[in-house]
Amino acid sequence: MLENEEIEEPTIKPVKEIFQTFFKSYSAVTGLIILIGIAVMGFIGPLFYPTDPFDMVWMPFSPPGADGFLLGTDYLGRDILSQIINGARVSIAIGFSAALVSCFIGVGIGSFAGFYGGWVEETLMRITEFFQVLPTLLFAMVIVALFGSSVLSITLAIGAVSWASVARITRSEFLRIKELDFVLASRSSGSNNMALIFRVILPNAAAPIIVQSALLVGAAITFEAGLAFLGLSDPNVISWGQVIGSNRVYILDATYTVTFPGVAIFITVLAISLVGDGLNDALNPKLRSR
Amino acid sequence: MEDLVSINNLNIEARTRAGTLKVVNDLSFTIKKSETLCVVGESGCGKSVTALSLMSLLPEGILKVSSGDILFDNTNLAQLSEAELEGIRGNDISMIFQEPMTSLNPLFTVGEQVSEVIRRHKNLNKEKAWVSAVELLDAVKIPNPDKRAFDYPFQLSGGQRQRVMIAIALACQPKILIADEPTTALDVTIQAEILALINMLKQETGTAVMFITHDMAVVAQMADRVVVMHPGKKVEEGTVHEIFNNPQHEYTRSLLAAVPKLGEMASKKYPEPMRLVGEKKAKALKPIVGTNEPLLKVNNLVTRYPVKGGVFRRTVARVHAVEDVSFTIMKGKTLSLVGESGCGKSTVGRSLIRLVEPTSGDVNLDGQNILSLNPKDMREARSNIQMVFQDPFSSLNPQRPLFDQVAEPLRNYGTVKREVLQDKIGDLFDRVKLPRSFMQRYPHQLSGGQRQRIAIARALALNPKLIIADEAVSALDVSVQAQVLNLMMELQVDLGLSFLFISHDMAVVERVSHDVGVMYLGRLVEIGPRPSIFRNPQHPYTQDLLKAVPIADPDKRKLERDLNFKPLPSPIHHLTHDPTPSEYKEVAKDHYVLTTDCGY
Repeated sequence: MLENEEIEEPTIKPVKEIFQTFFKSYSAVTGLIILIGIAVMGFIGPLFYPTDPFDMVWMPFSPPGADGFLLGTDYLGRDILSQIINGARVSIAIGFSAALVSCFIGVGIGSFAGFYGGWVEETLMRITEFFQVLPTLLFAMVIVALFGSSVLSITLAIGAVSWASVARITRSEFLRIKELDFVLASRSSGSNNMALIFRVILPNAAAPIIVQSALLVGAAITFEAGLAFLGLSDPNVISWGQVIGSNRVYILDATYTVTFPGVAIFITVLAISLVGDGLNDALNPKLRSR
Repeated sequence: MEDLVSINNLNIEARTRAGTLKVVNDLSFTIKKSETLCVVGESGCGKSVTALSLMSLLPEGILKVSSGDILFDNTNLAQLSEAELEGIRGNDISMIFQEPMTSLNPLFTVGEQVSEVIRRHKNLNKEKAWVSAVELLDAVKIPNPDKRAFDYPFQLSGGQRQRVMIAIALACQPKILIADEPTTALDVTIQAEILALINMLKQETGTAVMFITHDMAVVAQMADRVVVMHPGKKVEEGTVHEIFNNPQHEYTRSLLAAVPKLGEMASKKYPEPMRLVGEKKAKALKPIVGTNEPLLKVNNLVTRYPVKGGVFRRTVARVHAVEDVSFTIMKGKTLSLVGESGCGKSTVGRSLIRLVEPTSGDVNLDGQNILSLNPKDMREARSNIQMVFQDPFSSLNPQRPLFDQVAEPLRNYGTVKREVLQDKIGDLFDRVKLPRSFMQRYPHQLSGGQRQRIAIARALALNPKLIIADEAVSALDVSVQAQVLNLMMELQVDLGLSFLFISHDMAVVERVSHDVGVMYLGRLVEIGPRPSIFRNPQHPYTQDLLKAVPIADPDKRKLERDLNFKPLPSPIHHLTHDPTPSEYKEVAKDHYVLTTDCGY
């Protein structure tokens, strides 16, 4: 009665299992499909609908459906459909790259703070708290105002103000995982600190970090819209927030000019949070077995 | 005698993603009034589920009684409403759980928690309930019960918390007490006291006890009758003497053979592997002689942790985890360190490879002073000492396949070329008797014993001279534990390894060690050859510790009056505290006993 005889199951890799759980959830798959649809619309759409979003193509305030413009025209007579199609590109690009920036900063700071402890942790976490209590929109506005409103500076500004939550989550995961025996075992088999941080602990801390980063994408998109609404967007590139901002005066006379870009933002952010929820369920092993 | 509980043809199913799974299969047994029935089996055999079904507390939607009935006092529990069940739970049937640290509510005092149960079931007012709560705390032998009733759970030790749990369970004089592994999480001295307490209360109140455990030694201590379960089925039932003296089923026999019994090695000079039922008989059980060449010499090792406090996080006190400990490990031999939790035995192991930095002392491995090495040389030296940890579920990285985990030390040291890595890892898998097909599996696909084999393979990868096994078999089921112990002893013979075996289990220690060191509060109170320590313990602590160990023999039961243990003093001392050096007296050849004060 040796124990080796008992288990004979096919090898399932954890990654595969995560994908399986993710794709079993209807809401997560719906979110993912919407998100892919919006990205495709933003990047390939202009090929099929080549109207320039900045061109004044018709009379101002032409209502949706009239005169051949599906979503109507804005106060300068520009095609809103074209603005939404082209704006998707910027929103998605800034959303993902800003989340990536905050993920890098947050994981870097959180992992070192959690792993080394002591004064390293004290210093890094005080910095994190500083960024957490800062009024983020105001700070981002200051950065954009200082460095000019280009897509790059907006991305960096959003990334620079929203990494605190990632840092805190990374740190708490590191604090938990570094006490587990397999880290000690790895250290006693000769791994150095960098290997422990990036090859042993970080992969095990990945799940909540990934979920948090996914939600940050949604937050970054609304953030970008907020900045653009206040006029702090790259004037050479159309974005949804910018469309809302420039039409805000006419919200009562021509409601559709702000409604359509608003709905576009709403659907995108909703899709991202559906994906985030799906990731959370798929990555959390306790929920996975249900 | 009349049947209190009778379970007839009980089937319980679990609903999982893979489909329904039979957890309990056609189980029938009875419990008579005021008898103790032990249900024994290894993890996953359905013993806890059976207990929960008796309480009608199976988690809904996951576990379900599919057929069979449970009669309690001649009423069928399945036919009762939820309200009627609530009247029975805690009143006629009550339960104590394994983990005393989490089964009390941390926000209420223990007095409130005991009196709440009394008030719920017995229409008493607050004052009267409090008075009877204090009486109950007294009955479970909590010192100064009138004062301790105002304590919160965190102010009590693990053993005291389990006593409070027993007080709550007995508050309404239940007809039956279900105890689900109530002493597994406790130290052996506290376990002995709790077992004696349950036995005493049972005799005083006439409560029947259903005692669930995996530990045959505990069964021998407690049971009137025994039910042995093996995956979901009852394989044998009988009185405790029948089971121990004349086991019928093969599984019961193998279970009994796998339990190391304290005292069975008394006539043998050297440790030897256990004879397991079902293994090929051809394997000769040769004693492991070892050599008399010293491998590791530890002199006056001291490890203290700072306790930080105040605004500036200054060190305000120190935990004296290891205090002036010296020992020697011979090549090819095993030294065991035993003691209760918090005695510093694990810290000794971690100090040796500087996972914890020792405060002072001298560690000499094969002529190399480990504590004076710089980080680079220390890394090299670590390849000579490897560790195997207690919990096989946390000591493997869940994200990486087993091949990578075993290969990790080899890659770190770059000692093996990539082309031969595959072969080398294959050899290691063969060594620990795991099929090579397991290489691409992940830890969660393995059982506890298989994981521990992987941990051993990883430790062996660098051809170390010394392996520190920190409670390496404590978390395993007995039959698996025996196999892993045998594997370790086999490796010792084949590779000439030395082991530092850290354990709280005296019976296991007696089986595997050449030398034994007993630790108490950071000090080594007694050290010497294993036969000498077990036959002739000199230090009062060693004597008490040996007395507390339950023996897997129903004729050698402990009585409450045999036991009196002092609570462990705090190892935290003020910065100015300057402990006296340890001095030893040689009472027999190589057998030393601490003569200075150790706090016991």
